[in-house]
Amino acid sequence: MTLHETSSPPAPPNTEVVLEADGLTKHFAVRRTGRQAMTRAPRVIHAVDDVALTLRRGRVTALVGESGSGKSTVARLLAQLYPRTGGDIRLHGESVTVRHGRRFRAYNRRVQMIFQDPFASLNPVHTVRYHLTRALRIHGHGGKGAEQLQAALVELLGRVQLTPAERYLDKFPHELSGGQRQRVAIARALAADPEALLADEPVSMLDVSIRLGVLNLLRDLKERLRLAILYITHDIASARYFADDTLVMYAGRMVEGGDSETVTQHPAHPYTQLLIASAPDPDRILGSEHSLDVAGTDTGEPPSLIDPPAGCRFHPRCPHAMEICKTDLPPRFAVPHPDQPELQQVELQQEESGQLAKDGEHWAACWLFATTPEGAAR
Amino acid sequence: MATAAQGADALVPQGPTAPLQVSVAPKRQRFRFLSNGKVATGLGLLGFFVLIAIFGSTIAPYNPSKLTDAVLQGPSAKHWFGTTHLGQDILSQVLVGTSSVMYVGLLAGVVATTLAIIIGVSSGYLGGVAAESLSAVSNVFLVIPALLLIIIITSSLPAADTGDTLVALVIGFTSWAWGARVLRAQTLSLRRRDFIEASRATGESTWRIIFFELLPNLSAVIVSGFIGTVVYAIMTEITLAFIGVPGISAWNWGTILYWAQSEQALAQGAWWWFVPAGLAIALLGTSLALINFGIDEFVNPRLRNDVGSTRGLKGADGRPVRMRVGFTPVVIRTENSEDEGL
Amino acid sequence: MKYFLQRLAFYVFTAWAAITLNFFIPRLIPGDPVSALISRSQGQISTQAVKSLYVLFGLNKHESLINQYGDYWAQLAHGDLGVSFSNFPTSVTTILEQSLPWTVALAGCATIISFTVGTLLGVLAGWRRGSRLDFLLPVTTFISSIPAFWLGILAVAIVLAIGLNIPVSQGYDPGIVPGWNLTFLGNAIEHSWLPMLMLVITSMSGWILSMRNMMVTVGSEDYITVAHAKGLSERRVMFGYAARNALLPNVSGLSLALGQIIGSTILVEIVFSYPGVGYEMLQAVGGTDYPLMQGIFLVITLAVLLANLLADVAYLILDPRTRKEG
Repeated sequence: MTLHETSSPPAPPNTEVVLEADGLTKHFAVRRTGRQAMTRAPRVIHAVDDVALTLRRGRVTALVGESGSGKSTVARLLAQLYPRTGGDIRLHGESVTVRHGRRFRAYNRRVQMIFQDPFASLNPVHTVRYHLTRALRIHGHGGKGAEQLQAALVELLGRVQLTPAERYLDKFPHELSGGQRQRVAIARALAADPEALLADEPVSMLDVSIRLGVLNLLRDLKERLRLAILYITHDIASARYFADDTLVMYAGRMVEGGDSETVTQHPAHPYTQLLIASAPDPDRILGSEHSLDVAGTDTGEPPSLIDPPAGCRFHPRCPHAMEICKTDLPPRFAVPHPDQPELQQVELQQEESGQLAKDGEHWAACWLFATTPEGAAR
Repeated sequence: MATAAQGADALVPQGPTAPLQVSVAPKRQRFRFLSNGKVATGLGLLGFFVLIAIFGSTIAPYNPSKLTDAVLQGPSAKHWFGTTHLGQDILSQVLVGTSSVMYVGLLAGVVATTLAIIIGVSSGYLGGVAAESLSAVSNVFLVIPALLLIIIITSSLPAADTGDTLVALVIGFTSWAWGARVLRAQTLSLRRRDFIEASRATGESTWRIIFFELLPNLSAVIVSGFIGTVVYAIMTEITLAFIGVPGISAWNWGTILYWAQSEQALAQGAWWWFVPAGLAIALLGTSLALINFGIDEFVNPRLRNDVGSTRGLKGADGRPVRMRVGFTPVVIRTENSEDEGL
Repeated sequence: MKYFLQRLAFYVFTAWAAITLNFFIPRLIPGDPVSALISRSQGQISTQAVKSLYVLFGLNKHESLINQYGDYWAQLAHGDLGVSFSNFPTSVTTILEQSLPWTVALAGCATIISFTVGTLLGVLAGWRRGSRLDFLLPVTTFISSIPAFWLGILAVAIVLAIGLNIPVSQGYDPGIVPGWNLTFLGNAIEHSWLPMLMLVITSMSGWILSMRNMMVTVGSEDYITVAHAKGLSERRVMFGYAARNALLPNVSGLSLALGQIIGSTILVEIVFSYPGVGYEMLQAVGGTDYPLMQGIFLVITLAVLLANLLADVAYLILDPRTRKEG
């Protein structure tokens, strides 16, 4: 996958919202012992701060970021695997908070998750049959009697293209290949017949040659079952291939968002430009637009999440950092489309300050895009 | 774990075929465990002792308490293991004592292991203040010399009521700490594994997660801990009997040794009095330890020392390759060499 | 440092727990053997001794439990553990003072020797897997299953039968007066050969096995391969890299093994009539001497805790990870 490929056709833009998050925040308490425990100042890991995203039916939203950016935490928060510190999660418009019990299961029925490590996410002592049977039974899709169950299992495995099903049902996870295991994990998630699928780096631990197959499967399922998929990855090129919308996260905060095409072809935020620059691209030659000037000055270290940098969290690494970046957190500004700068300029002049981006537009949380006297427009 | 991956890795969908046989991989794994030489020996020895425990009283030639005139005689055709200072047949004593030894060992093992599972797994999985205090309690029990505590407790109990069962319970209630600690550590590490979170994400209830997802993964540790506890319990009860703590049933192996010691068997040259009991203890302990090794090696393939896998391999120059830890030799295989991995 | 303080706090807590256990056990057992014994020997012990026994065993029932507990602690702080029944009228403290050093010396030396030798053999066995040293494994398994005291009996029998000139009982020859002089010390050491040997043989096997397993696990780590690749000599890699890391679990295992070593030592002392705490324990059990039993329990527990603390300090020195904060 390179930055120039995209899967087709593009998904319909404004379908129904399945799952959305607003101002989602998660702080993990740091265990302090000894002398540290005596001090008053609470120490927390600011894993996720103020994340907003929308998952729509039949669309894939990618969440891109490096290790430690908080993207996996976002997935687990959306799956309600642990409680959030702040913000709101809405399922079909209704705010939900569930911890355990029947309500938790009811939520699971609609929102399912796929994990990164296909080997670790399957219990090594249980067969494929056990995993899928449990998933079916819990959500009431196992039918009555052994025959109906077997039929359901076969159909489930058929959905993820593991046929003939009998060949796989009685295998243990260590007897399957990585791609097969991930398909079983996907089948397990599908057993609940969910509306939203949270895929936490589903192909990162698979061989490169297998990745395409699994991503195509997911795209296929999205179209046939009208799923809303959250695709978390560190590979921005695959985001372009697979996802309709792309959101970029850095150090627990979102820094850029928009549809995949625009974000990957015309990255606005300096961090996104860094990501694009580091994705292998055989067509890119030295000296072209998005290359070395960004990469050359970067130290490559993500910041500490216990004491994140004040202001914009990227400013220590940013080649375009300004004074305001060190003190004030930038809000989301609309990014003018480079092909139609005049159009955007007209719109912006009508507003007082740097326009804060609306849903669906290309935005970046960077002071470079403010049009007020405090920032300098690019 | 067997690593042969059956079937091709390709994801090409197969056309409709007749339903294939269920794979035989699981069965192969189980028998492989049994074929380990150590385990087979251990199980054989253990089985032998279990038989004696069950049938000891029946096959014993004499009543072990019966006094005769054949005082302090060496091994003979009439008394295979000789006699005591009161003319009692030592062979019968050993045979009859086996059941007491095994019973106390097993019961104490079951009690201790159950307690260890309850305390260890819940402390590891559930977390929170209760877990921390449970962990502290088990650490305390670990450090305190259990033998002395047991001696005090069993000595303080009214002698009339004490029997094998009570002694077994006392031992069981003081030796759970080690297993609890190991299980807690294992549970803590398993809890963070993805498949537990995946089970939660699938919607499994907590108790089902503990029993069906967590415990099966802990089975090797639990069994190994159980065997270790049984060994410990056997040693402890024999020690108690040797010291003379009242309440152990009459013909425990330790009791035999107690009498041997207090009647100064050595000074009188009566070596046959204490040799059989000690050998029996050693053999029983060895059998259990061998089984434990088998489990260890089964779970951790690196510890395996199968004959034929590392011996007899020759390098390219014909000299035997010496395996060194951390060093991967390059071996040129001939057609006849073993298919086992290095 | 934080690690050390944590461990210290834990040991203080454990000591408190042991003392409290000691307080509760006689009070929980139905029946009252102690008072029967006291009334039998009423004429022969001082009222003060009687009073201390009351405090120790909860016979002052007219007082509340809390008060009893407080009195108990107060008495312990004075070092008064009561009067021994079987060694009437010697106080428990005196008996312990005489016997404890012997046990500590025997157990301490045996532990150090068996740990050192066992670990060394384990390193060699683990390093040279598949070589002839592997015969050690089944042999040591068998040996570790042999109770130390039985081995002692066997050894005594053999020595007597062969007629070697090694002393087989007592801590020192009856004629010699104990004191800090060479004659006595030399004699004491002579008398400790056999018991020490028994203890060392049986506990060594455990160390060999665990060290061997750890060496195998550590040996497959990447940093060992790097060390080899750097061209370091095999001995250097074996000791400086592999053994040093494999040693750590063994050291922490040492703390846990101490409780078991105590058990073996007690039994060996009984076999050899060695004048240590174990021998006293035998008398105590035989004579249902509760004060002495409890006194032994307390003192041994405290000794084990102290030894644990020392082992933790050793671990602290060996493992740099525990020295870093956080």
